Amino acid sequence: MDLLVLAAAEVPRAGDGGFWAETAGIMLVSPIVAFLAIIAAGKRLKYQGAEIAIGALALNLVWATVLFVQNMTEGVLHEVTFVIGNVGSGLSFELGWVVDGLSIMMYFLVSLVGLLVFIYAVGYMHGDRRVTWFFAAFSLFAGAMFILVGAPNLIQLIIGWEGVGLASYLLIGFYWEDHENVNAGNKAFMTNKVADIGLILGAILVGVSLGSFSFSDIDVASTAQDPALAGVAVVGGLLLFLGAMGKSAQFPFHIWLPDAMAGPTPVSALMHAATMVTAGIYLMARMFPFYQELAFDIRPWMVAIGAITLFAMGLLALVADDIKKVLAYSTVSQLGYMMTAVAAGGYTAGVFHLFTHAFFKALLFLGAGSVIHAVHSNNMSDMGGLRKFMPTTYTTFVIGSLALAGILPLAGFWSKDEILATLDYEGYTAVMWIAILGAFVTAFYMARAVALTFHGTYKGHGHPHESPRSMTVPLVALAVPSVLVGFLNIPGVQWPGIANFTDWLAVRVVAMGDHHPEGVDLFLAGAGLVAALAGIALGWVIFSPDRDTQRHRDRVEIPLLYPLLRRTYYIDDAALGIVRGTKGPLARTVDWVNTYVIDGIVNGVAAFSLLLGRFVYGGLDQRGIDGFFNGLSAVTDAAGGGVRRLQTGRVQQYAVSFIIGALVLVIVFIVSR
Amino acid sequence: MIANQFLVLAAALFSLGVYGLLVRRNVVLVLLSVELMLAAVNINLVVFEAMLVTPDAVGQVFALFVIAIAAAEVGIGLAIVLMIFRNRQSANIDELDLLRW
Amino acid sequence: MTFIDWIAQPINWVFLAVGAAMLVSGLRVVTARNVVHAALYLMAALGASAALFVMLSAEFVALVVVLVYIGAVIVLFLFGIMITRAPTGFDTVLDTKAKRAPAAVVSVILFGVLSYGSLTAFGATEVASGGTGTDTSILAFSLLGRFVVPFEVVGFILLAALVGGITVARRDLTPLEEEERGSV
Repeated sequence: MDLLVLAAAEVPRAGDGGFWAETAGIMLVSPIVAFLAIIAAGKRLKYQGAEIAIGALALNLVWATVLFVQNMTEGVLHEVTFVIGNVGSGLSFELGWVVDGLSIMMYFLVSLVGLLVFIYAVGYMHGDRRVTWFFAAFSLFAGAMFILVGAPNLIQLIIGWEGVGLASYLLIGFYWEDHENVNAGNKAFMTNKVADIGLILGAILVGVSLGSFSFSDIDVASTAQDPALAGVAVVGGLLLFLGAMGKSAQFPFHIWLPDAMAGPTPVSALMHAATMVTAGIYLMARMFPFYQELAFDIRPWMVAIGAITLFAMGLLALVADDIKKVLAYSTVSQLGYMMTAVAAGGYTAGVFHLFTHAFFKALLFLGAGSVIHAVHSNNMSDMGGLRKFMPTTYTTFVIGSLALAGILPLAGFWSKDEILATLDYEGYTAVMWIAILGAFVTAFYMARAVALTFHGTYKGHGHPHESPRSMTVPLVALAVPSVLVGFLNIPGVQWPGIANFTDWLAVRVVAMGDHHPEGVDLFLAGAGLVAALAGIALGWVIFSPDRDTQRHRDRVEIPLLYPLLRRTYYIDDAALGIVRGTKGPLARTVDWVNTYVIDGIVNGVAAFSLLLGRFVYGGLDQRGIDGFFNGLSAVTDAAGGGVRRLQTGRVQQYAVSFIIGALVLVIVFIVSR
Repeated sequence: MIANQFLVLAAALFSLGVYGLLVRRNVVLVLLSVELMLAAVNINLVVFEAMLVTPDAVGQVFALFVIAIAAAEVGIGLAIVLMIFRNRQSANIDELDLLRW
Repeated sequence: MTFIDWIAQPINWVFLAVGAAMLVSGLRVVTARNVVHAALYLMAALGASAALFVMLSAEFVALVVVLVYIGAVIVLFLFGIMITRAPTGFDTVLDTKAKRAPAAVVSVILFGVLSYGSLTAFGATEVASGGTGTDTSILAFSLLGRFVVPFEVVGFILLAALVGGITVARRDLTPLEEEERGSV
C-alpha cells in the first residue's frame, strides 16, 4: 500500500479504478476458463466452441474498455496480489494483476484485436477439421497473454510468457499432418526457449538481488538507485533483453517468425499484432525504469540490435513471394522500430507504435487471409487483379498498407514520427536516418505487395470472390482504428478531458522520465513522409502492371543483393547448421576434441617428435608438414571411430559402466571421509 | 541383533541382483534381478527404521513406497517385454541394441 | 560383543537360517536356467525378506511384501513368462558364459564396498529385537498424514503404469480380426 501512496505523490493522474480494477483479474481467468470449457463441451455447440472463445474475449473487452476509459479520464493505478507461497529468504511467489496505464493499454489491445480476429476466424476456419481445438488453443493463447500483461511480478510474467510460447507452438503446428508445419512449430519453440533462458536467469538475478520479483518494487528501487539492483543492472538487463529478443523476434532470433506463418492466418494475425511478439516490447516497457535509471549502459547495444532488425528485416520483405512472409518480415522490421525506440529511451514512442501497429498489422494479416481464402494460395504469383473481385478486402488492405507505410494522417505516421523524434532527441542520429530509410523500405515493399496482389490480371485458378461477412466486418472494424488512433498522441495536443496517449501510459508506480516532444518536428515528420512517399512511388513504378498487357514484373534481381536476401542472409542456414551440428560437424568436432584428449596427446607427442626428427634430418620441408597433419588427422579419425564404438546399444554394457562408475564414486567418498 | 548383520545380508542380496542384471540375457530374468535389488533396498530401509525408530515410521513408509513403485515398474517392464517379444520373437537383451551408433 | 555372545541369542539362529535361505534362493534366481524356476526362487527370496521384516518388527511391511510381491508381482511375472511364450528351459543363445567373470568381479567388489561401508559406519549398533512391532496405526497416520502427497502421487503413478502397461502391451488388431470381432 505504501507503494501506491508514494506513487500518488509522484503521478498526479492515479485513480484506483474502483470495482473494475478490483475485479480486473477476471480478464486473466476468463480465456483460460474458456479454453477448458471449449475442450470439455465445444464439440457439441453450434459453432463448435467459437462462441465460448468469443464470449470470453467480449467479457474481457467490457472490462478493458471500462478501464481504458477510466484511465483516459482520471487514470487507474491498482495492484492486487495473492501470496501463493514463500520461496524462502524473503522471496515469495505471488500471483495477481496489475492495473496501470501500460497494462490497461495491453488489456484493451489484446481483447479488442483478439475479439475481432476470433470473429474473423469463425468464417476463416469454417469447415476445418479441428475447429474446436483451434478455438481452444486460441483462447489459451489469448489467456496466456492476459496473464503475461497482467503480471505484477516477473514470475507470473514468465508463466504467461511460457504459456504464450506453448500456445503458439500448438497453433503454428496446427496442421500437423504436414511435417513442414511441425518443424515450423518446433523452430519457434526452440528459438524462443534459447532466449527464454535469458529471461529466466535475468528474472532470478534481478529478483534475488533485490529481494522481490514485483515490478512495482523494481520500479521504485530503480528510481531510488537501489545499490543492490544497480550492481546487477548490466548483466540482469542484458539477460532480460535476451528474453525480449526471442519473443519479439529481434535479430538474430527473428528466424522463427517467418516460419510461424505455417499456422492458420488468424493465428498469424493475433501473433503479430497483439499477443506474442509484443511480449518482448512489453517486458522492455514494463522494466523501463530499470533500463532508464540503472541499466542505461547497455542501451546503445539494444538500439543497435533494434536498428539492425528494423532495416535488414525490412529488406527481406522485398523479395518474399509469399504474401504472409512479406507481412511477417514487415512485423519483424516494425518490432525493430519498437525495440529501438524503447531501448533509446522512448517509452511512450515504442509502446505507441506497438499500439498502432497492432491495429494495422492485424488488418493486413486478416486481409491477406481473406485473399488466401479466396485464391487458395499464399503465393503472390497466383494473385493479381483481385481489386475487382474483393473490393472490401482491397480497400481495407490499402488503408492498412498506407498506415504501415506511415502516410499522413494514418496511425503509422504519428507513431513512427514519435520514434524518429525520440531517436533524434536521445542523440542516436545515425539510427534515426536508418529508421527513415527503413520507412522508405517499408513503403516500397507494401507498394509491391499491393500491386502484385490486387492490380493487373488474375493469375491464379478458379474464381475468387469476396469473403463472407464474418471476415469482412473485422476488416472494416480494424480499418477504422488504423486510420484514427494516431490522433490520440499528436505531440503537444491535449484532447479536452482525456489528455492524450502519453498521459495514459504515464500512469505507473513511478514517473517514467522519458522525453515527450512539445510539438511536431516538421523536419522529421517531413523526412519520414517523404521517405514513405518515395518508397510507394518507386514500388509502384517498378511493380505496377503495364497499362496495355496488364502484366507486371514481380522481382528485380539485383546481383549479389537478391540472392543474399532470398537466402535471408544465410542466417537460417547458419542456425540450422548449428542445430544439426549435434549430429554433424559439431559431433565430429567434439569427437575430435575427445580423441585429442585421449589418444591425441600421446600420438601428438609422437608425431611431434617425428616432425622434429625430420626437421633435424632434412629441414622443414613441405612433406614433413603435410605428413604431420595427415598423420594427426588419420590418428584422430581412427580414434574417433574407436570412441564411437563405445555406443554399442547393449544395455548391460551401459549397466556395467554405470555400476563401476558409481562404485568408484562410493569408494572415493569412503576413502576421503 | 545388530544392524550390520542385516545390512551385510542386504548388500549380498543387492550384489546378487547386480550379478543377475549384468549376466542374464533373458529380459524377464533381468527384471527379476532388479526385483532382487529392490528387495535388498527394502531390507535396508526397514533396518534403519528399526535402528533409529522415527515417530512416523519413515523407513517403513518408504519401504512401502518402494514396493508400490516396484509393482508399477514390473507392470510396465513386462508390457514392454511383451511388445518386444511380439515384434522380434526374441527375449534376448543383446539383440535390443537399436540405440547404438 | 563377541561372536559367542551373538550366536548365544536364539533369534540370531533364526536370522542365520532365514539369511541362508534368502542367499541361496537369491543365487538360484540369478543362476537358474529355467525362467519359471527363477521366478519361484525369487518368491522364496522375497518370503525370506518378509521374515526378516517380521524380525525387525515391521509386520505390516512384511504382509505387504507377501501380498503385493509374492501374491501379485510373481503372478504377473509368471503370466508374463507364459504370455510371451519365452523360452523357459535352457537356451544356448540366452545362456552363454561370456559375461560371467566380469559381472562376478563387479558384484563382488560391490559387495565388498557396501559391507565395508556399513561395517565401518555402524559397528555394533543394536536394533530392537522382536518385541511388540510397529503399530499399524502409526503407519496409517504417517501415510495419510505427513506423507499423504507422496502417497497420492504413488497412487497416480500406479494408475499411469496400469494404463501405460495396457497401452503398450495391447496388440492392435489387424483389420481382419477387427472385422471378426465386430461380427460376433
